[in-house]
Amino acid sequence: MIQVNQLSKIYNGTTVLNISNLEIPKGQSFGLVGNNGAGKTTFFSLLLDLIQPSTGYIKSNNIQVNTSENWKSFTGSFLDENFLIGYLTPEEYFYFIGDLRNQNKADIDALLAKHEEFFNGEILKNKKYLRDLSKGNQKKVGIIATLIGNPEVVILDEPFANLDPTTVSRLKKIIRELADDPNVTVLVSSHDLQHTVEVCDRIVALNKGEIVKDIQTSKETLQELELFFAV
Amino acid sequence: MIKKFIYLEWKAFIRSASFGKNLAMKIIIGFLMIYFSLIFIGMGVGAFYVLKDMKLEPLVTVNKFLFYYFLLDLIIRLLLQSIPVLNIKPLLVLPFKKPTIVHFSLGKTALSFFNWVHALFFIPFSVVLILNGYDVVEIIFWHLGIMAMIYINNFLNIILSNIDKLFAVFVVLIVVLGGAQYYKLFDITIFTTPFFQNFYDIDGVFLVPILILIGLYIFTFKYFEKNLYLDAGLSVKHDVASTENLAWLNQFGTLGTFLKNDIKLIKRNKRSKTTIVMSVIFLFYGLIFFGNTHQPPAMQIFAGIFVSGGFLFVFGQFVPSWDSSYYQLMMTQNIPYRGYITAKWWLIVIATFISTILASFYLLYGWEVYLTIVVGAVYNIGVNSHLVLLGGAFTKTPIDLSNAGGAFGDKKAFNVNSMLLSLPKIFLPLLLYWLGLRFADKTVALSLVAGAGILGFIFKEKVFSLIERRYKIEKYSTISAYKQKS
Repeated sequence: MIQVNQLSKIYNGTTVLNISNLEIPKGQSFGLVGNNGAGKTTFFSLLLDLIQPSTGYIKSNNIQVNTSENWKSFTGSFLDENFLIGYLTPEEYFYFIGDLRNQNKADIDALLAKHEEFFNGEILKNKKYLRDLSKGNQKKVGIIATLIGNPEVVILDEPFANLDPTTVSRLKKIIRELADDPNVTVLVSSHDLQHTVEVCDRIVALNKGEIVKDIQTSKETLQELELFFAV
Repeated sequence: MIKKFIYLEWKAFIRSASFGKNLAMKIIIGFLMIYFSLIFIGMGVGAFYVLKDMKLEPLVTVNKFLFYYFLLDLIIRLLLQSIPVLNIKPLLVLPFKKPTIVHFSLGKTALSFFNWVHALFFIPFSVVLILNGYDVVEIIFWHLGIMAMIYINNFLNIILSNIDKLFAVFVVLIVVLGGAQYYKLFDITIFTTPFFQNFYDIDGVFLVPILILIGLYIFTFKYFEKNLYLDAGLSVKHDVASTENLAWLNQFGTLGTFLKNDIKLIKRNKRSKTTIVMSVIFLFYGLIFFGNTHQPPAMQIFAGIFVSGGFLFVFGQFVPSWDSSYYQLMMTQNIPYRGYITAKWWLIVIATFISTILASFYLLYGWEVYLTIVVGAVYNIGVNSHLVLLGGAFTKTPIDLSNAGGAFGDKKAFNVNSMLLSLPKIFLPLLLYWLGLRFADKTVALSLVAGAGILGFIFKEKVFSLIERRYKIEKYSTISAYKQKS
């Protein structure tokens, strides 16, 4: 589904990302772990054509993301609160994204009903604009919005951060469901090794922009990763 | 301590998103500032001799108008002068004394353009007075009094800016008093002129405004110090939200989706709401020009452009900055650039159209005047709408919509820069109109301007492709600039 070829990003002579080859097959749930500055967000930003690669390219479903915009129709993503429109209510935001993804109101309502538990009664019909929600609640909105229109690629940057324990376990359930769908490729980045291991089939660890580990998840994966990151 | 603040301010200034990238714009603004400074200095020097020529006592005459001068100054400040806000929150828990933080925030306002611009008039004026035999010491006293008045306005602006719509009260006041004076019903200057004159005539009177100024400073200081808490002056007001569907816009497809969003954008954010107020004020701009024989006739098209172009100038100017806080979202959604730009274009066109309809009261001045406005609207739709959208690709100043802080919040909707940016957009029609008048008559002049507008309209698709391409080229640098919060 996603092919990375000789990809690098260089800022003022410093290489922040350098991936010579990476292939993510369709339907895989892909976890990206690494310390701060390892290049996780840079990779996702490149994948979403928010920044330009210094060399190489990424193909998503055989579409080179920085030359064609056609990947947008099957990609759902949430990197941070810059993906939210502060002056809308959560409902309006969902309908707005729905309109852009050719979903009608009923489709959205069905999706929202499905995830009512995840919202925990704090999101819908609360008479609050998105800008006035707490960080965690904003994140809930952003995550569910990526699912609108049944995207084939779902990209979530640090989805577990800022969430309360209950929501984290509910989110893991949602991601696992996505992972079980053979048509959906999920990409998740996190600092939290345990959460990532629990929801992903495959884990790639980045360090200073380079891939240092690429493992299919097994029982020993968590231990292996913890050992790797322990100094 | 203060040195640390100055260090922070300097860093904030040189590292802001708009600093390096808009160097060309900065230069233009610099030139305009020099131009206006020279005008002010010229006025300061010339005022004395002009008034003398008119057989008026210069100092008394200036004092007579000072009342209106200060009132107008206050209105302009309320509209334009933003309160410089230190990034206060991170400082609260650091070992800074609260009074220091407040003193610095207030002290910073003293250096504002809105204060020193007056010096450009008053200092040359005072010097000329002294050269012409006025008493040096008394003039210095008078000057100090005037300076105190200017700074009183500075602090009044800070205190009053928390009260919305107050500037309208002052506008009404100035119109009522000015009208009463014009029709010789009541002359406020009879009472105010002696007050200003006494700065010169009687020793020590100039201390009155200085004392008021000190009192005002202490009051402002106390007020700010008291409000230096996260749940007081630094708190953010939460609005009660209601979901609106605006379903009637659905029939326009993607365009409708964007229009829906833009309507909410304008309705729910203070900064954008002000654009509507400004558009209405622009409607009355023509009153200065039409039926005024002192203005050169070419300036009529100037008014014609502005009457219908208010929204275009104050809103259109900042496309796509209005969407800066969620620009990354827009760039990852399945949105063709063209659809996005077209929606903004329609919004501008609709607003221009409504303004033109509302401006029909200018028919009272005769159909020729209204025709000028309609021609101005045609030009706005045909040419200026494209120009603002094109310019938008280069506007990389993020707009922080959610800025709704308390006493320290910067609530001013637009800045001087945005006003200056509008100027080039009216030079061309002015030139066309002037050429028409110079070598033919008014009909030809109007047709030239309208023709340019229609031509722009005909080439809309071509121009849009150009704008689209520009936006795509600028995409990455725009995203990275918008990531910086102002």
